[in-house]
Amino acid sequence: MTEKIVLPPQSGKPSDVERIKTESNYLRGTLERTMNDPLSSGIPEDDNRLMKFHGSYLQDDRDLRNERQRQKLEPAYQFMVRVRTPGGAATPAQWLVMDEMARKYGNGSLKLTTRQAFQVHGILKWNVKKYMQEMNEVLLDSLAACGDVNRNVMCNVNPNQSALHEEVYNWSAKLSEHLLPRTRAYHELWLDGEKVIDSQDEEIEPIYGAQYLPRKFKIAIAIPPSNDVDVFSQDIGFIAIVEDQQLIGFNVAVGGGMGMTHGDHTTYPQLAREIGFITPDRLLETAEKIITIQRDYGNRSVRKNARFKYTIDVKGLEWFNEELTRRLGWSIQEARPYTFERTGDEFGWIKGAEGKWHYTLFIQNGRIKDFEDYQLLTGLREIAKVHTGDFRLTPNQNLMIGNVTPQKRKKIEAIIDQYKLTDGAHYSALRRNSIACVSLPTCGLAMAEAERYLPSLITKIETIIDETGLNDTEIVIRMSGCPNGCSRAAMAEIGFIGKGPGKYNLYLGASFTGNRLNKIYRENIGEEEILAELRPILIHYAKERLEDEHFGDFVIRAGYVTAVYDGREFHI
Amino acid sequence: MRLQVVNSPFNEEQVKLLNELLPKLTLEQKIWLNGYLSAPQATQEAIVETIPEANQPITKTMTILYGSQTGNSQGLAEKYASALKTQNVDVTVSSLGKFKASNLKKITNLLLIVSTHGEGDPPDQAIQFYEFLHSKRAPKLEHLQYSVLALGDSSYEFFCKTGKDLDEQFAKLGATRIVPRIDCDVDYDDAAAQWFSTVQQEFLKQATAISVTSTQSDEKLGATTYSRKNPFYAEVLENINLNGRGSNKETRHLELSIEGANFLFEPGDSIGIQPENSEQLVHALLVALKFDPVTEVTVFDEIMSLKNALQKKLEITVLSKPVLEKINVYTNHNQFSKLFEEPNAWKDYAKGRDLLDVVEEFAPFTWSAQQFVEILRKIPSRLYSIASSQLANNDEVHLTISKVSYETNGRQRFGVCSGSVAELQIGDTLPIYVHKNPNFRLPEQKETPIIMIGAGTGIAPYRAFLEEREELGVEGKAWLIFGDQHFVTDFLYQTDWQRWLASGTLSQMHIAFSRDTDKKIYVQHKLEENAASFYEWLEQGATIYVCGDKKSMAADVDVTIHRIIERQGQKTTEQAKAFVQELKQQKRYQRDVY
Repeated sequence: MTEKIVLPPQSGKPSDVERIKTESNYLRGTLERTMNDPLSSGIPEDDNRLMKFHGSYLQDDRDLRNERQRQKLEPAYQFMVRVRTPGGAATPAQWLVMDEMARKYGNGSLKLTTRQAFQVHGILKWNVKKYMQEMNEVLLDSLAACGDVNRNVMCNVNPNQSALHEEVYNWSAKLSEHLLPRTRAYHELWLDGEKVIDSQDEEIEPIYGAQYLPRKFKIAIAIPPSNDVDVFSQDIGFIAIVEDQQLIGFNVAVGGGMGMTHGDHTTYPQLAREIGFITPDRLLETAEKIITIQRDYGNRSVRKNARFKYTIDVKGLEWFNEELTRRLGWSIQEARPYTFERTGDEFGWIKGAEGKWHYTLFIQNGRIKDFEDYQLLTGLREIAKVHTGDFRLTPNQNLMIGNVTPQKRKKIEAIIDQYKLTDGAHYSALRRNSIACVSLPTCGLAMAEAERYLPSLITKIETIIDETGLNDTEIVIRMSGCPNGCSRAAMAEIGFIGKGPGKYNLYLGASFTGNRLNKIYRENIGEEEILAELRPILIHYAKERLEDEHFGDFVIRAGYVTAVYDGREFHI
Repeated sequence: MRLQVVNSPFNEEQVKLLNELLPKLTLEQKIWLNGYLSAPQATQEAIVETIPEANQPITKTMTILYGSQTGNSQGLAEKYASALKTQNVDVTVSSLGKFKASNLKKITNLLLIVSTHGEGDPPDQAIQFYEFLHSKRAPKLEHLQYSVLALGDSSYEFFCKTGKDLDEQFAKLGATRIVPRIDCDVDYDDAAAQWFSTVQQEFLKQATAISVTSTQSDEKLGATTYSRKNPFYAEVLENINLNGRGSNKETRHLELSIEGANFLFEPGDSIGIQPENSEQLVHALLVALKFDPVTEVTVFDEIMSLKNALQKKLEITVLSKPVLEKINVYTNHNQFSKLFEEPNAWKDYAKGRDLLDVVEEFAPFTWSAQQFVEILRKIPSRLYSIASSQLANNDEVHLTISKVSYETNGRQRFGVCSGSVAELQIGDTLPIYVHKNPNFRLPEQKETPIIMIGAGTGIAPYRAFLEEREELGVEGKAWLIFGDQHFVTDFLYQTDWQRWLASGTLSQMHIAFSRDTDKKIYVQHKLEENAASFYEWLEQGATIYVCGDKKSMAADVDVTIHRIIERQGQKTTEQAKAFVQELKQQKRYQRDVY
């Protein structure tokens, strides 16, 4: 029997979400009843908060919201389901099910998220349970894909050293499993699991406790020299340290995070700070103890100040290190050296170590569907039917067809050609390095367009790029529809964060390797101003850049913005 | 239920008096009073006594409305509400989305906390309120005192625009400010606190000064002079398609102003509309006829142009047997006379066709313009069940009209009335009159349980029923069974029912959407599924209402009702029939079917 977890007292009234979690009986709430209520295709707000822990939430088509309100119809409610895929790995069988269900229950498309997960939009309430059940058949779930828990664990998609990658990927899967909520609510609600009466005396959640975490929690593992997971944007970042082709352990970085609130300077994006090195066998233990510190000391009163980064910034890194040592009962070692070279993906065919091949496709904004002149969804379905390796969703919303045997390569190449699936080679390097979050019309937080707008904005920036000969120069450009940061826009060399319809804040100066934040350059501007502001800087860069100097570094050297290595200086 | 201005037809003063009195009455007293009040002369003879203004503390009331996107306004509204409550103020807090804007007429003190989003837009939940206040329908608000707290973000061009607009609009409508509006930036705490403290000061200062003022009694509703022959030209206030995108249907929700019509109607009554023919159809017909549109003709003793006669007076969209027979006189076309040789030939031909088809297919004709118009009958008016309660919307009448549209013989055709109604713009007028329907009435005993069954536009009178019962504060049970094609697009008045379910005006609802599942599900299936409960309600004295399509829906429901009574009541078929007959005689099974 595990003892009940009692949180240390905090000042300030607990937020309403804390009440919902406490009263939820380990994430059950009244979901069973409200998901079956036939009179509304939505669910009440309290249950929606809990729904997130089950990897889904209620959204509505915001394009139709006002129109339907006038029509005396409730919003066009629909559920989004985010599927937990640690390290972004999926088998061809799993791919085929995701594909089929996207067409059968969803809006006919799959979104690859910036955390290497599948996201499906447009699922009606009556189909959510069927969705959960059918993906369970191929061993996929959405447990803890959202909510105040540890989210999908990210892992570098490294095609160059397959054996090493396999080992690190396995650690990410183990981490994900280890940090899952233990409640049976998911099984009861979606998989018709037997109802268990949770004892009031025993702790059901040995890591989280009955109130779970104060806020979402994110973990990623990077394998240098690639920083594709944006390891410093995570609550915990692990950096694999390799000596003589062997994994010897991980550097640990803590307290990164992207989200902020417009106009509130107590909120800011922050970079994780490295605190040392651990051997692989201590990975799970270390992550767990770090999470319990956030569980006990994270702000449960004001949600916008509840992320782990603020806990560390308020209490101090020194305090944190001492607390961690106390909880672990041992001290972590000094950090080891390593070098990051880039955050972006490498596209096209790459030969792995054991004679297997990997092909990385460019997927604009991670959106997979059949476009009028580009049958992407169908093409990938055809590949999944013959593929014997796996699929890897990259942290940059692209897709790797991994572990292709030499025998299958020809067949897959033929399908790639037939459907003209692209590795992005004919696009500008700028477009290949772009990320946009979902935003409108489904995201409830969106203030401005992102996914539906960034491609056309890039087309306009490309005319400047063409003129200045920067077509093959890689520049990381990212857009988020709101300041919560799903696209990690604060880590982009050119970042846009939505302010209102058609209006964005423009940020410049993050690093190409992901170790520096950007800084606001212009506030609340529309397309015309965006282009007018970027044009002279890009021309200046093309003319005066040093050899191999990245755009993000140049704008700092040229004095457009100052460098930000600590989120607390983001607004200064 | 505790009476409030927002859930009853009474004003603040009346609510206060009633709330003082009602809890003290015994059951017998209540029953006696119920009978006394229902006699028409009672209230006139009742002695109106002024309440002595003794030393009683006067309870003040305050309504706080908020329009919130992120929850800031709501948070402030709730905080201020509890502060005022400690000062003995009777406070009602509501979001703008849930507040019925017509209730503005009933309240006297209002605090409004509203934010602005994007480029000067109101929060989603406040859009309808905002539009109402800026529309022609906004009432005079001379009785109202108010103050606005506007939240916004000064980095946007239209800082606090919603708050500013509403503040000005209230003033325009005659309301007085308790204290001037304050505009708050992102960091709003201090400014908001300052606003509230001045509001509180001003408002509570008045408390001692205010005396109980009487409000005007309702205008006496004299008998209307408008009728079918002399319809009232009602202005269109709203014309909404109730079906969401992707629906196979188009059902219009029409709100008409009847200000000045002196109409008196009850839930269950209908509105007659005197329709006109479509201008395009008339034009095509004139071209086919090769008549000059301005040719003068005499119809129903009136001289007018042929065009006018065809558009406004004569039916040109239905081919009846008498009309076809009259046409036969004027044509030598051999195919036309064949329509009368076989018994049903004319019927097969007439189905879905109109006069234009005949004129195009069987020319030439030997008629003059005058002879032609004499073949035709007057356009009959169309009746539509009223979808609103007069108690709830005094100067308005709401209708639910399904647009008829189909294609025959390669041409798209529309219902004479529904087709033109769908095109009506706000501000257009429509000739209407009230058509009484004494056979579709709420129970005389107001608390009697009601079971309402309807499909498609058959739901219209139930909206009137529930509005009426809400206004009257009826606590009796109400059960609605509704059917249509698709949940997402065809759930007519969905948010109204949801609101009434939440407030208890509607006790339960079942829905049948026939095209959402492989197996077609209709209202009678829902009835069958709930057979035990249905019979139980009948035993408790419930009245059943059926409204909508006669041939299939109403007939199937009737069969189902008989079957349920037979099985649940363990009766023979004959006994069940007699039972239903008895229900009808007691007016406990009423139908409005078409």
